[in-house]
Amino acid sequence: MNPIAIIAHIGQYFLLLGRVFRKPEKSNVFWQRFFHEVNAIGIGSLGIVAIISIFMGAVITIQAAFGFESPWIPLYAVGLAARDSIILEFSPTIVSLILAGKVGSSIASELGNMRVSEQIDAIDVMGVNSASYLILPKIAASVFIFPFVVTISMFLGHIGGFVLGVAAGVVTPYEFIYGIQYEFRPYNVVYALIKTLFFGFIIPSVSAYHGYYTKGGSLEVGQSSTRAVVYSIIVLLLFNFLLTQLLLA
Amino acid sequence: MIEVRGLSKAFGEKVVLKDFNFTFEQGKSNLIIGESGTGKSVLIKCMVGLIHPEEGQVLYHGKDFLTMSYEEQKEVRQQIGMLFQGSALFDSMTVQDNVMFPLTMFTNMTKGEKEARMQFCLDRVNLPQAAKLYPAELSGGMKKRVAIARAIAVKPRYLFCDEPNSGLDPKTSILIDELIKEITLEYDMTTLVITHDMNSVLEIGDKIAFLHKGQKEWEGTRKEILYAENEILSKFVYATKFLQHFRSKLQAEKDSLTKGD
Ligand SMILES: Nc1ncnc2c1ncn2[C@@H]1O[C@H](COP(=O)(O)OP(=O)(O)OP(=O)(O)O)[C@@H](O)[C@H]1O
Ligand SMILES: [Mg+2]
Repeated sequence: MNPIAIIAHIGQYFLLLGRVFRKPEKSNVFWQRFFHEVNAIGIGSLGIVAIISIFMGAVITIQAAFGFESPWIPLYAVGLAARDSIILEFSPTIVSLILAGKVGSSIASELGNMRVSEQIDAIDVMGVNSASYLILPKIAASVFIFPFVVTISMFLGHIGGFVLGVAAGVVTPYEFIYGIQYEFRPYNVVYALIKTLFFGFIIPSVSAYHGYYTKGGSLEVGQSSTRAVVYSIIVLLLFNFLLTQLLLA
Repeated sequence: MIEVRGLSKAFGEKVVLKDFNFTFEQGKSNLIIGESGTGKSVLIKCMVGLIHPEEGQVLYHGKDFLTMSYEEQKEVRQQIGMLFQGSALFDSMTVQDNVMFPLTMFTNMTKGEKEARMQFCLDRVNLPQAAKLYPAELSGGMKKRVAIARAIAVKPRYLFCDEPNSGLDPKTSILIDELIKEITLEYDMTTLVITHDMNSVLEIGDKIAFLHKGQKEWEGTRKEILYAENEILSKFVYATKFLQHFRSKLQAEKDSLTKGD
């Protein structure tokens, strides 16, 4: 893609956001859609997030133990290392990447399908701001629910590390518990949740942008959905880097 | 009343509408007819601001829609009921919620009032039992009718129908025509109907514009259209066998009259 096209896309994205962030026509309609989206985006993702978190927690713990096989490193370092990777990177970033795939593609294909079947035109013709009606509840819901999902993921990551790490015999329960408490910095959690808020904004807004401006037919709906995921991930990784620089360096 | 003045639209090189002028009268069914691909759908989309024309004015009771602020446009749009060529029902909602959507967005009706209005509109389009179904469970013709019910739910001042009876059987088609005619009179609406169907033209065409290659080729009433002396229009009007038959009878009558003189 050439730089001019990228700048044009970024411009159009912000113009769309300008239309999204207008006062909703009816506040009760907004809240109804908000809770619907909280359910679809948040509750609907808990299953996959739980499975991934438990197993990734376990793998991180086992890998940490494998790396620390020197007699000079105390065994509680395993819990400590697992804790830091789960909180700093794994739960906020990896879980968000997975949600970009799940949530991003579903948002883009929903909006893309509404676009090509003229449902969005129908909303606009009635005098309803379609961008705000359709997209605002999705962004609001995901900014709201992502931190909860990521917090749950952090918790389950530790549980997975503890249970499966102990079961695999790489760490004792006492050392793991001691390790995850050793020099715990609450700021790391704050940093992770700040990142999560940004990701919760990036994923639905970038995906909605690709879905909302779909042109053509069902083939193009599929293409926008793929593009939505790819661009959400790229923007997410870019912000992950910038925020880490800003908040940790 | 809606006046369209000098409307032109091109997609890139391709000119779709060229200097279109027409007055859509209040309380009448105004028809746009013409072959497939001559720009009929593009015309009504320009009139409601879904497509931006290069030139021209669309005056709703004297005020140009295209130069209005967003808020003013919104006010006009809330008085528009529109039926899209592909129905454009919201497929995540039941028929009931589709029809009640404009009521929910723009009125402060109670749930009971909205349901009563919804049921009234569904009865009107002859689908009293459809409320709980989803659009995916409906046939094409049923979707059209639900879309009409949604369009008339708020008692619009302007009704736009893009091929309301394409894909319907002749009986339902006549029913829809009658419905459009009746509600146009009942609410004193400015109604605009795009159609291919000569049957509808003769049934409801109070005022007709014939579009050919993006230009208005002819305008008149349903009484005039059968006798119009326009080569291109005649080809369109008498395209069906049925009307060809009618024309030859007409011609025979004329001939016998001239012989009688
Ligand atoms: N968004 C668009 N981009 C480019 N070309 C378009 C677009 N919309 C319509 N056209 C072109 O404009 C022309 C007129 O299309 P339009 O949909 O108005 O036809 P129509 O008269 O409604 O035909 P039909 O009776 O088949 O519905 C067509 O040639 C079409 O290819
Ligand atoms: Mg059309």
